Amino acid sequence: MQERLKELQAEALEKVAQAADLKELNDIRVSYLGKKGPITEVLKGMGKLSPEERPKMGALANEVRDMISGAIEEKQITLEKAAVEKKLAAEKIDVTLPGRPVSEGNHHPLTRIIEEIEDLFIGMGYTVAEGPEVEKDYYNFEALNLPKGHPARDMQDSFYITEEILLRTHTSPVQARTMEARNGKGPVKIICPGKVYRRDNDDATHSHQFTQIEGLVIDENIRLSDLKGTLDVFAKKMFGADREIRLRPSFFPFTEPSVEMDISCKMCGGKGCGTCKGTGWIEILGAGMVHPNVLEMAGYDSKKYTGFAFGMGPERIAMLKYGVDDIRHFYTNDIRFLKQFSVTE
Amino acid sequence: MLVSYKWLQEYVDLSGVSAEELGEKITKSGIEVEGVETLNEGLRGVVVGHVLECEKHPNAEKLNKTLVDIGAEEPVQIICGAPNVAKGQKVAVATVGAVLPGNFKIKKAKLRGEVSNGMICSLQELGIEAKLVAKEYSEGIFVFPEDTEVGQDALALLGRDDQILELGLTPNRADCLSMLGVGYEVGAILGKDVKLPEPAPTTASEKAADYIKVNVEAKEDNPLYVAKVIKNVKIGPSPLWMQSRLMAAGIRPHNNVVDITNYILLEYGQPLHAFDYDLLGSKEILVRRAKQGEEITTLDDAKRTLSEDHLVITNGTDPVALAGVMGGANSEVNADTTTVLLESAYFTGPVIRKSSKDHGLRSEASARYEKGVDPERVHPAAERAAELMAKYAGGEVLEGSVVADTLSVEPAVVSVTLEKINRVIGAEVSMQQVEDIFAKLKFESTVDNDTITVTVPTRRGDITIEEDLIEEVARLYGYDNVPKTLPIGASTPGKLSEYQQKRRLVRRFLEGAGLYQAVTYSLTSKDKATQYALEKRDPVELAMPMSEDRSLLRLSIVPQLLEVLKYNLARQTDSMAVYETGAVFLKQDGEDLPLEEEHLAAAVTGLWENHQWQGEKKPVDFYVVKGILEGMFAKLGLEDKIAFAAAEKDGMHPGRTAEVSLNGEVIGFVGQVHPTVQKDLDLKETYVFELNLKAVLEAGTEPLQYQAIPRYPSITRDIALVVDKNKTAAELQNIIVEVGGKLLKDVYVFDLYEGERMEEGKKSIAFSLKYFDPEKTLTDEDIAKTHEKVLKAVEEQAGATLRG
Repeated sequence: MQERLKELQAEALEKVAQAADLKELNDIRVSYLGKKGPITEVLKGMGKLSPEERPKMGALANEVRDMISGAIEEKQITLEKAAVEKKLAAEKIDVTLPGRPVSEGNHHPLTRIIEEIEDLFIGMGYTVAEGPEVEKDYYNFEALNLPKGHPARDMQDSFYITEEILLRTHTSPVQARTMEARNGKGPVKIICPGKVYRRDNDDATHSHQFTQIEGLVIDENIRLSDLKGTLDVFAKKMFGADREIRLRPSFFPFTEPSVEMDISCKMCGGKGCGTCKGTGWIEILGAGMVHPNVLEMAGYDSKKYTGFAFGMGPERIAMLKYGVDDIRHFYTNDIRFLKQFSVTE
Repeated sequence: MLVSYKWLQEYVDLSGVSAEELGEKITKSGIEVEGVETLNEGLRGVVVGHVLECEKHPNAEKLNKTLVDIGAEEPVQIICGAPNVAKGQKVAVATVGAVLPGNFKIKKAKLRGEVSNGMICSLQELGIEAKLVAKEYSEGIFVFPEDTEVGQDALALLGRDDQILELGLTPNRADCLSMLGVGYEVGAILGKDVKLPEPAPTTASEKAADYIKVNVEAKEDNPLYVAKVIKNVKIGPSPLWMQSRLMAAGIRPHNNVVDITNYILLEYGQPLHAFDYDLLGSKEILVRRAKQGEEITTLDDAKRTLSEDHLVITNGTDPVALAGVMGGANSEVNADTTTVLLESAYFTGPVIRKSSKDHGLRSEASARYEKGVDPERVHPAAERAAELMAKYAGGEVLEGSVVADTLSVEPAVVSVTLEKINRVIGAEVSMQQVEDIFAKLKFESTVDNDTITVTVPTRRGDITIEEDLIEEVARLYGYDNVPKTLPIGASTPGKLSEYQQKRRLVRRFLEGAGLYQAVTYSLTSKDKATQYALEKRDPVELAMPMSEDRSLLRLSIVPQLLEVLKYNLARQTDSMAVYETGAVFLKQDGEDLPLEEEHLAAAVTGLWENHQWQGEKKPVDFYVVKGILEGMFAKLGLEDKIAFAAAEKDGMHPGRTAEVSLNGEVIGFVGQVHPTVQKDLDLKETYVFELNLKAVLEAGTEPLQYQAIPRYPSITRDIALVVDKNKTAAELQNIIVEVGGKLLKDVYVFDLYEGERMEEGKKSIAFSLKYFDPEKTLTDEDIAKTHEKVLKAVEEQAGATLRG
């Protein structure tokens, strides 16, 4: 009996060692250690043994059983590891293949510029005011010190619907409306973005529809120096901290004094080049101190209140900032154009 | 205004200030100098030559062989193709080694076998615009006066050794439409005196008043008219220096008399007109409004029909000039003119603007009258012109002027306090500085304590209120010297309105979902204006559109986006998704302004999912676009307030379109574009939506409230219902939700089967129902009753049977 056990042990261990996969191993387990296995079979003959021999033989049988199951366990770990390795090897992929694209859209470059400017001025305590694109002549012109017959408001330059109604030619009427709504009280701190329309033939530098952002601040003691400081903050944020600004006298009917703001040319650093036509400066926007007639018409006491206003074109800013060479791109919506503005700067 | 740097030096001492430096200074303190052009830039080697001999080229019909003395040791042979070259002429010769515009280098050459040592030049070849070259030289070479010295620099003689400052004038600075005005401006900037011409023509004994009478009927339009008579003029070319200055300023030379009027226009900014006195046909000038239908042929040989809106100069009966715009052909100064009637007048802006506009005729004169001329220069300009006509046209100036004067001009007197100046500028300017600035401007001022009172010369009609004075101080004090500050005062919270914030949220959501923002035109064609409109309304129409395509305001955005897709699809883009937010315009009865409604629209075509090498391609379908909307509404907290229902709409696929309602009100639509429309636009399967964004953004939302995280498990029951094909998922779901009551936490469709294994006209639609009780773990018995009710309800109300 003892020999039979030893034999079984040797035989089982041999088979375990030979087992090629987990299934085979499991078969070995079942066939040797199962209830109907040979060891159980051998132990059935225990009854024939003397009482002294029985525990010995029992111990031996357990020993054999443990040996086999130990071997199986060890083999199982080895085989499992091998199986995992095999599986992993089979699962190998080419990590250099392109990933699944996450298709995200993006906002239009003009929105990008407008929101950037909105956020900048919101940070300085401004709110964003909006108004109708179809406007009354009064708000578009008269309230802005452009009385009827003024050369700057020629019928030829605007899209009129009736004699009194037109497509706004600038976003300034929003300023006039806002001032009127405040009943002559300050402070007013707004910026007004929006679409505007002029009778221009569309070409590389003209568009019959374009956008504008205007700003207006009215309070007691608003100074030209405040305008200069505000525009300096704006220019450095939009065009880079190394940019310088300069103000030049200009003329707008609704401001007095009126100025134009230039920024130093990025391309040449102010030395003069083709981009800045040799001047070292690039014209960005028009501004000025709100004309007393405009204040009075909106119900403000021009002795007490002063204010500044500025207006700029997001198209021009985008063209300068991103080097866009044709204003029509903004309205053609060529996907190859739109997609270029997905990147963060 | 084109300003000659050399000419300007007659009025202001510019020593030590280059043209470029001057340009920079002018720009910084008032007027934008758009460019400084050096006239002889890159040009050299052009001298005055004397044509000693001129004969036909032996081998070429159109060429001449000339021998030209160029002041060198020996005369040189030059082949010249100009038709007007002739023996004895003094001409401009580009010698061998010379460089002409366009970096054209003159070399010794052989033309048809004959040597040519240079080139005899036309003015065009020297870089002068063709339209500025006097008519007699426009087709050939330029000829200098006979007494011109040979060998000298021809470019200098033509005034090309000069620089031209191009002034971009704003409408308020019409004072700088004259050399004197620019002189005052530059004098103020540099702190220099201004030297004015002091015309003092010697006069003949005859009196102008014996030759002409002046009556002005239209006194409002013409409050001042000055006439002078110059006899015995000899018409000929004006002096070369004058021609050069005119050309440099952009005016073509004609003859001495006309050139002098133009020269004075440039110098004084005062338009003048010279009539041939003998052609007037009377001894009278009558200024009046034209009669309706009256006609005049102007100097440009155009016949113009006039109306009462236009002002004319007449000889008492017939018009001889369209006042302030252009003279009449009938009284034009010509080669035979001997007596000149010189007009110097003050016409008011509006009537001249009207004439100029109605006749599409803008002249140097009308441009100045429109903006306003200086009334105080009307007399001096006439005197100065008369003086020059005596000097350069050999004329005799008759004594006195004939004047009709009803003009009352008072210089503006404006006061401002130093405190106000500094309060507006934000700088600390002293009263002494302010006084100095006005002294430099040659404005008289007096100071009384804190107040300065300024008498503004009539040449600066733009200055009328204290802010105008402040501007003068600010610009001459220098904007560079103004400090940079930020407004001080009550702080104002800067923020977007709730509406604006939500609009940004919508944009970001759509972009995150894969849509690109487009911006299209509001103006569109009659056809497109009302297509896909949410509401039937008349479109708003422009009074004077520039084109049919842009004649009305849009009522919807979808047609514009379809155009965008069409454009891109024609350019190798197959798949595209765009959206736009923007106003549409609805005409309102009884209201002046249309209703502007902000809309949101999108258009999607092609593949929605496309993973190339994995071969996964999924074209866009209705549910893709609907899913985007559902996601957006969920983001806005409106998912429970939104409903989709099958709808039909012009231009949309009848079976694949839904209207979208918010709280029961239809606010838009979503669906597939009708295949015929797709075909018309060369589009493939395209899905669109358009919503009244204003309604969406203004819809009230519930305040955000935390919901407890479930502590007990839920039970899920899946049911597959067989229903008639036309039963909608929404109908079934509504029944389930209603009957499911509180216990039913969630329900969704997880399968749809319409295949051949179904009975004709039936479909199977499967819902997953999730039951949940926040207070306890549900058992099957807990939900059995409710679930039974649900099954019964769908059977009774929708004829649904459980699929076996």
